[in-house]
Amino acid sequence: MNVKVIVKGQAKGSLLVAKNPLNFLGGIDKKTGVVHDKNHDLFGKSIGDKILVFPYGIGSSVGAYTIYSLKYNHCAPLAMICLKADLTTASGCAISNIPLVVASKNDYDSLQEDKEVVLDAIKGQIS
Amino acid sequence: MELTKEEESALDGKQGETLALAYRTLVAIGEASDSDRLIPIEWAHLSGVNYNTIGDAGRDFLSHLSQDAKFKVKTTVNPMGFDFDSVTRYNLDDNFIENQRSIKNSYEKMGAIPSYSCIPYEIFDVPKQGTQVSFAESNAAIYANSFSGLVTNKEGAFSALASALTGKSPCSDLRDDKTRKPNLTIRMKVESPDELTYGMLGYFAGKVAGSSVALSGVNGLDRRSCKSLCAGMGTSGACGMFTFGEEEGEKIDFDKKEMQKIHDELNTSESGDLITLGSPQLGLDEIGDLAAMLKGRSFKKRCMIFCPSAIKGQMLDLGYRKEIEHAGGEFLFDCCTCLSPLVDNKEVDSVTTNSVKGAYYLRTSNKVDVNLKSLKKIVEEETK
Repeated sequence: MNVKVIVKGQAKGSLLVAKNPLNFLGGIDKKTGVVHDKNHDLFGKSIGDKILVFPYGIGSSVGAYTIYSLKYNHCAPLAMICLKADLTTASGCAISNIPLVVASKNDYDSLQEDKEVVLDAIKGQIS
Repeated sequence: MELTKEEESALDGKQGETLALAYRTLVAIGEASDSDRLIPIEWAHLSGVNYNTIGDAGRDFLSHLSQDAKFKVKTTVNPMGFDFDSVTRYNLDDNFIENQRSIKNSYEKMGAIPSYSCIPYEIFDVPKQGTQVSFAESNAAIYANSFSGLVTNKEGAFSALASALTGKSPCSDLRDDKTRKPNLTIRMKVESPDELTYGMLGYFAGKVAGSSVALSGVNGLDRRSCKSLCAGMGTSGACGMFTFGEEEGEKIDFDKKEMQKIHDELNTSESGDLITLGSPQLGLDEIGDLAAMLKGRSFKKRCMIFCPSAIKGQMLDLGYRKEIEHAGGEFLFDCCTCLSPLVDNKEVDSVTTNSVKGAYYLRTSNKVDVNLKSLKKIVEEETK
């Protein structure tokens, strides 16, 4: 599928799919990458070393620094795929050098948990 | 986005990781806001300076970045959490002080002018009309667009930081003349307005307007009211500028009823344990007015007054500082009402202020109740 590139890069790995939007500042442990928001469908799971699929980010723009901390603590996602690019996620991925793309609604809905994919966020393709 | 060859090479890391990071940020924000190119800016004003707002993760990021990053254009910075010169007078956590010091050092190492002020438009010379700047502080962005003749988006902490490092910004939103033209007019219908009324008008406008709004029935604003209007607008929404007079398109009224609704939302107490003045920080004009209003009077309770260091010398020379301190006013420099750890809910339950922006953040961040009233009323009721 073709996607819009927000932050360039390449990644290969399995998908972790969230139904709910993510609040990086309040919802994720920046030292471990584990989602600790009890109301989130990824509660208890680690987002580290996965290609993270979620609709969009919510909450304070300081959440961008949390993404940076995840990377610095070696527990950041390999890449992120969103339905829409919010400024917090875009800034956070940019300062952390994590590839970020936006997929169309149909393509986004077809992304399945655990599927192995190759994300080319230079050409704008997922295969 | 279309990038020049030079921008492309910086993005690809050929000029080092710091510039690659800055260009990735500009491109990411540009792509997310449908911009087609980057344009030069001459001045960046950064938010994300107070340790209370950026925390450990922000402190670490800036510390890593400052190891080899240098700002490329004039860069000024927002207030910190407290005033280093007077911090020993306050019972502040050592940990907070050290974290704030680290952030201060990082910004200064990268070449920031140590302004620690949310009113850069008042303490620096303003460049010529139409100059593109990149201001992250919301009241300053709105003031720059609406009064100073400058052009900026209501930038975020990261877009302004990336602008400081590159001297560029995505050309989107308010950098496009079409977006600057308002399609909504708010008709000011409240009589005998003071600065608090204008703060509430701004807060109302921020809620209902898009990127730009027209205000009709507003004239003869003094500096205090201008700043209050900008700060109120910046607090409640995404609107980044206003014009005066009626425009084509939708029109709505700001009347007594609308004003009362906003007052009820922000005012949660009939009195305050302490008074704070300055959100945005008070400039020299306002300090002069305050000194005149306080002549021969004294505060019945503690009153904290937030100012930029830039005016310290002048207010002393002009005798304002002596007059205000004589009345019991307590000056704090380099910090602001918003998110200051100096207003602690373990010590006070409620705060009196004339600032709509201050009221919002005192309640949501400092978690204290707010008693909102105009400066004139504060002087009448809280001094003897």
